[in-house]
Amino acid sequence: MESNSKKAWLYLLPAILFLGVFMVYPLVDVFVYSFEEGYNSASQTFFGTGLYNYSYVLHDPYFLQAVKNTFILVIFTVPLSTGIALLISVGLNSIQPLKNLYQTVYFLPYVTNTLAVGLVFMILFKKTAYTDGLVNLVIHWFGGSAVDFIDGPYWAKMFVLCFYTVWVVMPFKILILTSALASVNPDYYSAAKIDGASKWRIFTRITLPMISPMIFYLVITGFIGAFKAYSDAVAIFGTDLNAAGMNTIVGYIYDMLYGDSGGYPSFASAAAIILFAIVLTITCINLMIRKKRVYF
Amino acid sequence: MKVVLQHLTKQFPGRGKGSRQMVTAVDDFDFEIPDGKLIGLLGPSGCGKSTTLNLISGLLSPTSGRILFGDDDVTDLPPENRGVGLVFQNYALYPHLTVRQNILFPLQNLKGAAKLSKDEMERRMLNAARLVQLEDYLDRKPAQLSGGQQQRVAIARALVKVPRVLLLDEPLSNLDARLRLQTREEIRRIQRETRVTTVFVTHDQDEAMSISDMIVVMESGVVQQIGAPQTVYDDPVNLFVAKFLGTPPINVFDGEVKGGALRIGGSGVLPVPGVPDGPVIVGVRPEGFILKDDGPLRCSLNRVEVMGRDVSVVSSHPAAGSAAIRSIIGAENQVDEHSDTVRFALKPNKTFLFDKATGGRIRFAAEERTAD
Repeated sequence: MESNSKKAWLYLLPAILFLGVFMVYPLVDVFVYSFEEGYNSASQTFFGTGLYNYSYVLHDPYFLQAVKNTFILVIFTVPLSTGIALLISVGLNSIQPLKNLYQTVYFLPYVTNTLAVGLVFMILFKKTAYTDGLVNLVIHWFGGSAVDFIDGPYWAKMFVLCFYTVWVVMPFKILILTSALASVNPDYYSAAKIDGASKWRIFTRITLPMISPMIFYLVITGFIGAFKAYSDAVAIFGTDLNAAGMNTIVGYIYDMLYGDSGGYPSFASAAAIILFAIVLTITCINLMIRKKRVYF
Repeated sequence: MKVVLQHLTKQFPGRGKGSRQMVTAVDDFDFEIPDGKLIGLLGPSGCGKSTTLNLISGLLSPTSGRILFGDDDVTDLPPENRGVGLVFQNYALYPHLTVRQNILFPLQNLKGAAKLSKDEMERRMLNAARLVQLEDYLDRKPAQLSGGQQQRVAIARALVKVPRVLLLDEPLSNLDARLRLQTREEIRRIQRETRVTTVFVTHDQDEAMSISDMIVVMESGVVQQIGAPQTVYDDPVNLFVAKFLGTPPINVFDGEVKGGALRIGGSGVLPVPGVPDGPVIVGVRPEGFILKDDGPLRCSLNRVEVMGRDVSVVSSHPAAGSAAIRSIIGAENQVDEHSDTVRFALKPNKTFLFDKATGGRIRFAAEERTAD
């Protein structure tokens, strides 16, 4: 018994070592940094401990803007992308001809490079001296006036970011949901048909509960993913997100470390811990909801 | 409600690439199921019995033919408007709903004039639960029930709408042997109490024989024989039916008719007046053997199995279709276990002749009926 458990620890050692050095230690370190004022990574010095870093970050208008942006992004994109993905998956599941073609088309964004897609979105939305962008052309056709989606009003920029995020995260959700739908035993549908349930009732009372674990998985990973959004904003608005007013929390952390205003690991750590607290809270709430609503 | 199946045929497109051939799953099924009876659809897997059930339920629509419930032509009605209750082989209970919600589900779907009040739904749900003796389990999820209980929930859910026809697809195949016996009695009781016309599909002839008012034996989509279980057993129309019914199965011999006498392995074993000369297939039920010292059928004795009430003699014969001939004789008979041979006479009413080419029954007038 004794030697067995020693052996087990030996087997676990490589993983523990790597995780410890590259995950646990940095996590603890970030937590420590967040309480050390004016920490300098080069000289490894700081001049005090306390909550000053948190206070600074929470009063920084750039951070507040980033939090606002992130929350808007989360609140709009997670339900929208999951909902639309569900609709498309149900559609895909009920057609026979061209099903594979559609599945491939819907999956393409997943394997396309984020920055390349960002470029395409620039062409669609960006207003330059030569062109208003494709979307504005369409708006013109319908008699509207051009909107600058990249450098214009806040709502327009937010719209592009949300649109982009929804579009990018959808393929994975469609993939998960189509397979979840396909795995529902067709006998349930036959039984419901015999029982006289309408299509809508079959969907809400049978299909949805049956695939609820998968939907829940997508919502939770969607929340976490959206809270960690950064590269999408960079792809559309460039690296100076603070100037564009489109920064996200992760973007703020990055800027605090490496950006033009960078060199503040203490502030970055405090912001990271705040993000961690937010994500943890939301995930806990999600898990509580799951207990009530998800059938296993 | 009687159920009339008129020349019911169902064809499916053949499997495989470029296959244009249609596969006929049910071929010209023509039968009237009398009101309030329990009918067993019996046959080996792939014989079209489940397809027939799905045609009656409306989950499949026939290629040709009509289905009538009473005088009501339901051929073109969708399943929900036919008023059928269907119990699936795997029960298909909604796993996220409690027993109560499962049974209520069909009632909650009723629309328009058929819509019920909450109290009425509750009353009917309780009635159905009581009928299957599950009123103490209403708040459990299906996963918390045993197989037999799940089965009963499925029956309650099928019955709660008061269907015109109850359909059961292999209702017992997912249960263990002991529960199977119990549950089939249960199905019989529920059917008797509700008087609902019931069709159930099974490949287990014991099951079909024990509880059905009538059985329908099918093979490759074609109905072979319809009748009361005992009648079909005692008077099979062809070799397939004779072989399919009965445990232990019927013993098959290669035989020959010569001058009005049946010969097996060269020796005359039974007078069969009126049968033309030629080779035949002989089927003898296990209980159709009479132990007789000077019996005409001489077999080599393999072993004797004493089963209390009667004795099972396992022997072999060169003309037999299988390695072992199993005969069941009364326990009062003394079989010399150390002897190499055993000799039998045959009971004419337990011996059937079949055409060697078609398997069709060749009837003969039994000269003397031997009492069973």
